Amino acid sequence: MTTQIPLVDYLVLGDKPHLVANECTSCGARFFDRRNACAGCGGRDFIKAAVQTEGEVRAFTIVSFAAPGIPVPFVAAVVDCEGTSVRANLVNVTPDPEHVTLGMKVRLATYPMGTDEAGTEAVGFGFEPLP
Amino acid sequence: MSSDDLWILGIHMTKFGKHPDKDIVDLASEAALGALEDGGVTMRQMGILAAGNLLGGNHVGQMVQKQIGQTGIPVYNVANACATGATALRVACMAVKAGETDMALAVGVEKLSGAGLLAGGSRKSESPNWTPEGRYGAVAPIDGRIGTETMPGVFAQVGMEYGHRYGGTSFELFARIAEKNHAHSTLNPMAAYQKRFTLEEIMNDVMISYPNTRPMCSANCDGAAAAVVVSGAKLATLPLEQRRRAVKIAASVLTTDPWEEGCQVIPNVNTLTRNAATQAYEAAGIGPGDLDLVELHDCFATAELVHYDNLMLCETGGAVDFFESGASWRDGGTPVNVSGGLESKGHPIAATGIANIWEIATHLRGEAGDRQIEGARVGLAHVIGLGSACGVHILERSAA
Ligand SMILES: [Zn+2]
Repeated sequence: MTTQIPLVDYLVLGDKPHLVANECTSCGARFFDRRNACAGCGGRDFIKAAVQTEGEVRAFTIVSFAAPGIPVPFVAAVVDCEGTSVRANLVNVTPDPEHVTLGMKVRLATYPMGTDEAGTEAVGFGFEPLP
Repeated sequence: MSSDDLWILGIHMTKFGKHPDKDIVDLASEAALGALEDGGVTMRQMGILAAGNLLGGNHVGQMVQKQIGQTGIPVYNVANACATGATALRVACMAVKAGETDMALAVGVEKLSGAGLLAGGSRKSESPNWTPEGRYGAVAPIDGRIGTETMPGVFAQVGMEYGHRYGGTSFELFARIAEKNHAHSTLNPMAAYQKRFTLEEIMNDVMISYPNTRPMCSANCDGAAAAVVVSGAKLATLPLEQRRRAVKIAASVLTTDPWEEGCQVIPNVNTLTRNAATQAYEAAGIGPGDLDLVELHDCFATAELVHYDNLMLCETGGAVDFFESGASWRDGGTPVNVSGGLESKGHPIAATGIANIWEIATHLRGEAGDRQIEGARVGLAHVIGLGSACGVHILERSAA
């Protein structure tokens, strides 16, 4: 079986792929990056918290003009996953304002990004419309 | 004038646009010398210099001194993204307020003509092997894979988020905000562009990041602006003609973004602006209804909408109605961006936060020519630098 590696370390692969946040044990603030301390309260202790895999689109843009090498158009969005904001692309949807709407319900989806020289497959994520 | 007041004694802005024959030192020197001349003072009277430039080096202050006067005074080179100019002015204000000097010079300059898309593509190369790097342990560049880092895309989402929260926004509504600012610019000879666009032209132009088309984005250009800040006590000793043209800095505020849920996922440009505005109105002892004109940070048409609300020019959630009422056109109740704004006047990044002060000051002095807002007494200038920093200054006409 091919070895897989997630695009980012906060994407957990396996049977039920999901995102995981660093959650401050004092104030509950959630972060996706490596932490030095909590920006909300200054706390130093964090636990890993699973983020809901379904949410709604709080904001989006359809990017037609990007840095070299980035395929366009694509939909960049902020998804509200039951109170935790997540940045992601919307995938498996036609990138135009007729098909992408504010408030639309979406769920986490993963996709293969390609295999490197060592045979490891990278896996990315996005959010797709709920059927 | 109270002796601990702060005043703009002299201020100058270069024409914004393409200056192929001038470098940042030429432009900054032109602005600085212009501000000194406007204030009737010289470099020898300045106690400090605060200078900002983002793309051309990190000691522009000393480079300017070497052209216009190496007087040995302290230089503070500052950087705060698009709020860099406002930050330089704020440093000048703080130095005077602290009593370190009674006169200070602030300058901001940028050469940006021909620059393309700003930000985005922060990690250039794909590795032959998937290797986690950086604070997200990413095995590949994330710009374009996990949302967008581009400014048009980030600020598009800022406007769309407002629409999601309060309703009433549309592609056309945002385009009409750009239509207003481009129309305003036709009266401003200092603007980089003075072309009036029809709504159809704006909506049918090149789409950059929906709903922002090209004329809905700030215009990259060259330019500089500078201001001389003086204490009220010093101003009181100067001749009547200088006192009459001096403009009072009724509030000078700088804020950053306080932590809120989601603010590290998409920049929250709202709360820090609202905080800055609240502090500024309190310091000036006025309310938004007292403003005769506003220059706010319309880096994109989608951004202007949310700042109507953040600066409390309208009721909370009422930005769409505010715009629809015509209030922000130059003949409306609260004219916004009568200069043409960043979309048309242009946005030489580090100059912007002083150039918008120049615009307000010029109206308060009654020297704005064809675009003069008649009888303007009080105005507000706002900038946002992503990251984030927000500068708000409230200016009042001299009673002298
Ligand atoms: Zn905390």
